[in-house]
Amino acid sequence: MYLSGFEKTILSGSTGQRGDQMALEIVAETARMLGAERLVEIESSHIDGCLYHGDSGVLFCEKLVTEGARIKVPTTTNVGALNLLKPDQTRLPPEQRKMAFRLMVAHEKMGCTPSWTCAPYQAGMRPTLGQQVAWGESNAVAFTNTVLGARTNRYGDFLDIACAISGRAPYYGLHKDENRIAEMLIDVSGLSPSLISTDAFFPVLGAMIGRLAGETVCVVDGMPKHATDDQLKALCAGAASTGAVALIHITGITPEAPDAATALGGLEPKEIIHITHDMVIEARNSLSLAKAGPIDSVALGSPHFSNEECRSLLTLANGQKFKVPVYICLGRHTLEQLEADNADKDLRNLGAEFVVDTCVVVTPILPESPGVMMTNSAKFAHYATGNTGHAPVFGTLFDCVKSAQAGHVIWDQGVWG
Amino acid sequence: MTWESEVLFAGTAQGTVLRFDKPISFWGGINPVTSAVTLAGHPQHGLTIADKILVIPSLIGSSSSSAIILELFYKKMAPKALILGNRDAILPVGVVVAKQMDWPTIPVVVLPDPPFQTGTKLHIDENGLISEFQPYTNS
Repeated sequence: MYLSGFEKTILSGSTGQRGDQMALEIVAETARMLGAERLVEIESSHIDGCLYHGDSGVLFCEKLVTEGARIKVPTTTNVGALNLLKPDQTRLPPEQRKMAFRLMVAHEKMGCTPSWTCAPYQAGMRPTLGQQVAWGESNAVAFTNTVLGARTNRYGDFLDIACAISGRAPYYGLHKDENRIAEMLIDVSGLSPSLISTDAFFPVLGAMIGRLAGETVCVVDGMPKHATDDQLKALCAGAASTGAVALIHITGITPEAPDAATALGGLEPKEIIHITHDMVIEARNSLSLAKAGPIDSVALGSPHFSNEECRSLLTLANGQKFKVPVYICLGRHTLEQLEADNADKDLRNLGAEFVVDTCVVVTPILPESPGVMMTNSAKFAHYATGNTGHAPVFGTLFDCVKSAQAGHVIWDQGVWG
Repeated sequence: MTWESEVLFAGTAQGTVLRFDKPISFWGGINPVTSAVTLAGHPQHGLTIADKILVIPSLIGSSSSSAIILELFYKKMAPKALILGNRDAILPVGVVVAKQMDWPTIPVVVLPDPPFQTGTKLHIDENGLISEFQPYTNS
């Protein structure tokens, strides 16, 4: 594998800190294992490794800190296991809580921007078309590739921070032109225009894409050209939960996909799938394990809820209080926007509880399981059972609000036509 | 009989095979404290991977699996070796980090369609040469 003169001096230890050498050893070793011919310089990083999985990861990051490792490119942090504004919100045993905190602190000490959000692209971190970056967190990876046209693979624990410290990533996969070409065509033009522009269609389509495409790069043709960031966020999160999806070309939206032929690199797709209305309904139903009846909570914000989503919730609630806890997971940047005009107080008065810096499927916050959790997020629905013991019910944001106010599932079938 | 595998991370190991008959993500699928397979419905559910030569024909790659295998090294519950059916970096990254922590590491090799079944006794050498062996018995 080719290494530049500078990379060689870091690896030899003649330049930089021992922590720099450790990070580049990890990146170079991984590149060699992947069969990459060289490394690529990156312009930003988003770190998933700040979520506590065990003491070993904490000890590794603290060793990096001790050995002088500091990030070399703008780097944001994904969620940790704690709400730092309200540490008691998480029911972790005290020892684990302490270690989870130490892990978050270690990332700050390495120079990361403490964003603690899974939607960094809505917190000001927006790589641009063609930029090489090393991002973790599956939804953020998919959004960055799909919506912004920046280039990243799915980076995870340890490799993400090693890339941020070395400013480099293995040059393979989606960093390279030839691997970004779509091989599968997913055609949604047979669906009604009202369905494909409704908010709740996006996470459902995402869940379908993940199952259909897996790791394959696909192009989705026939979507409306003016989808919002929140809609695309929900689509990317759904796809990256049910499959190892890192890039979805959406014609007219993805900068590299003005049309399907361009996304396919001028070649015929290996597979064409025409999405029918029945397939959409089946995919929607698959996101609910509990059917109807009482609910114990509503969970919103996977990925983290935006200012606009919080305000839609407030409008839909129309002043009527919730009968079950409504957890809104969001970044502090969004909470500050709500505080500017007391919208946070209005939401709390309805019975909403804010979860910042973390979210309810990565750390124990929901009521004791078993229970039933309603959500408008395909990602929450996908991970609820395994991570929390709560059975998910999927619905629109309107359904979630009405169900929270009633204490049991209310579905409005109208939007599904 | 011997097989030549590609070395991702060099080392030697000798032990008994545990084969994953279905893909699994270490994150959400393996308990990092006991090393037991926790994924409901998985054919190897309830078995522990510690001290086994783990044969993984195909992997579901949650990138947090690097953290789970590092935790197994830390808790001294790691397998003795990994034989992967596909080239993949997620688990090997955990091994590379274990080396950085000066913890004992294990060999990781790639062999497409690995034929080894659970219970087989294998030896892996520095160059990725895999051989079956009969346990030495004192008779």
